[in-house]
Amino acid sequence: MTDHAIAASGRNQPRRLPFPLPRLDFAVTFWREANGVQRVAMILALVLLVTALAAPLIAPFDPNAQSLMSRLRPPVGFERAKLAYLLGTDELGRDVLSRCLYGLRLTFLLALCGAVIGLAIGFVLGMFSGLADGAIDDFIMGLVDAQIAIPFTLVALLLLAVFGSGLDVMILVLGLYGWEQYTRIVRGEVRKLKQMPFIEAARAAGASPWRIARRHILPNIVSPLVVQFTLSFSNIVLLESTLSFLGLGVQPPTATLGSMVGIGRDYLPTAPWIVLAPAAVILLLTFAVQILGDWLRDRADVRLRSR
Amino acid sequence: MLAYALRTLIKMVITLFAIVTLVFFATRLSGNPIDFVLGDGITREDRELLTTYYGLDGSVWTQYLRYLAAFVDGQFGLSFLERRPVADVVAERLWPTAQLILSATAFTLLVSIPLGILAALKRKSWVGSAVMTVAFLGLAVPNFVLATLLVLVFAYLLNWLPIVGNGTPAHFIMPTIALSGLLIAALTRFTRNAMLDVLSQDYMRTARAKGLKERRVILKHGLGNASITLLSVIGLQVAGLAAAGSVVIESIFAWPGIGQLLVRSAILRDYPVLQFGVLTVAIAVIVINAVIDIAYAYADPRIRLAKG
Repeated sequence: MTDHAIAASGRNQPRRLPFPLPRLDFAVTFWREANGVQRVAMILALVLLVTALAAPLIAPFDPNAQSLMSRLRPPVGFERAKLAYLLGTDELGRDVLSRCLYGLRLTFLLALCGAVIGLAIGFVLGMFSGLADGAIDDFIMGLVDAQIAIPFTLVALLLLAVFGSGLDVMILVLGLYGWEQYTRIVRGEVRKLKQMPFIEAARAAGASPWRIARRHILPNIVSPLVVQFTLSFSNIVLLESTLSFLGLGVQPPTATLGSMVGIGRDYLPTAPWIVLAPAAVILLLTFAVQILGDWLRDRADVRLRSR
Repeated sequence: MLAYALRTLIKMVITLFAIVTLVFFATRLSGNPIDFVLGDGITREDRELLTTYYGLDGSVWTQYLRYLAAFVDGQFGLSFLERRPVADVVAERLWPTAQLILSATAFTLLVSIPLGILAALKRKSWVGSAVMTVAFLGLAVPNFVLATLLVLVFAYLLNWLPIVGNGTPAHFIMPTIALSGLLIAALTRFTRNAMLDVLSQDYMRTARAKGLKERRVILKHGLGNASITLLSVIGLQVAGLAAAGSVVIESIFAWPGIGQLLVRSAILRDYPVLQFGVLTVAIAVIVINAVIDIAYAYADPRIRLAKG
């Protein structure tokens, strides 16, 4: 590195600010370490995230605005296409592109809520299970075993049938997904860490259990949790789109990627673009998250059991 | 060995009891299910009559005890919609689902084990990485997207395959492939990793040194040992993924199985059927896993011969 570059990077002249700036250097490190495919996935994920966030700004139409005059228009480039509707229109004359953008936004939002809630539940239970012994531990691990035994789709069907389909129920259902994975990870790590000398030292020095959990245990389990979060995020995206596809998730007219595929299926022979556009967005999203999640896992080198 | 089997069985019974309990209370959380099923135009007397008829009167705890007692008796309740025992409704759908899952499992094994071995043997060449890349990306393809694309290409564009029902062998092709997609992706990766672990073992070198043919070394000594690891994975993956997947695939292809029944019951709120259907699937998954657990222990001399 030349002197000029060092000066430009500002590394030899640290400025002190009265408040901490968000650290961006980890993003730079990530970018340098990534290989070609991973870089593509990073860009893709970023583009999808930005378009999802900016959906209200960049969507050409209201996603629910119907125009019966221009129903089932194909995407630009085909016969009968209208230039305004880049990806065509659906059976009610709604703009497919706008619905995809809003659908992507909702999918992101739901998956994020779901993953955070799952993390919170699993983390708290894992902490309890790891720090407490005996009955509490047995009870929590029994719940974990029961949850692992039942395919989650069945739990989701039950809950959606009981509480009805709505955004709030959907967040609850997605939030319950995957908590048992976090619980197992946290419990295992806590049990391991409990034996470590530095924890004993902290306890001997008079640190409260709360302080030990926060200052000594938490920093040591962040990286497996981040990895699990990514994996569970992509599974939640799949779960949400599957439930919406089946007509059990977010209800019409609200667009999600899954429900667009599900409802558009009826028009598959005559208007395949209604299905293909959201299906392509789903694939791009799951590919990107899959590649990034796998890379993170390798990077953190957590020996997550592969089954 | 016996103790191990016994412990697995006891754990299984406890899990089943927990599931029965959870499922029962889940369906009672929202109050009297009768109110959802029947509209507003019902008289109070009729409502009470029906509530008693379906065993929904009394406190939640009485209902729960009555439910457990009836369960032991083999009385699982009546379907709200079909007015007949849920056991009958579910039973007639077992076979189509079993057919679909068996056919998907067979297809998965046929495709993914050779592919996994190939990827392990050729791991340094482009063949190996191509297989692994496809398998890796395959994990990210939701099965409803795969099914929809299959329908578009093979049913609508090419007009080769039927979409609805399970009448002829041709009806099996698309649902089987759609259900196998994720399984193949997962199992190919596992097979490759299990084979890689095995290939570097000393007994492989010994087998080669004995002068055995390479094919026999790989298939008998390699795959034979790798299959111990694979067995447990197949249990968890196939049972779990197939149960979840068949819900989607059966709905898409109008396959008259349990998955389709569950979705219908969830949408129309036929709680007794939903309850019993979920239990049936959960029990099937748990039993399959317990059987595989025991088979796994039996296949592994380290567990079979261990004390306790």
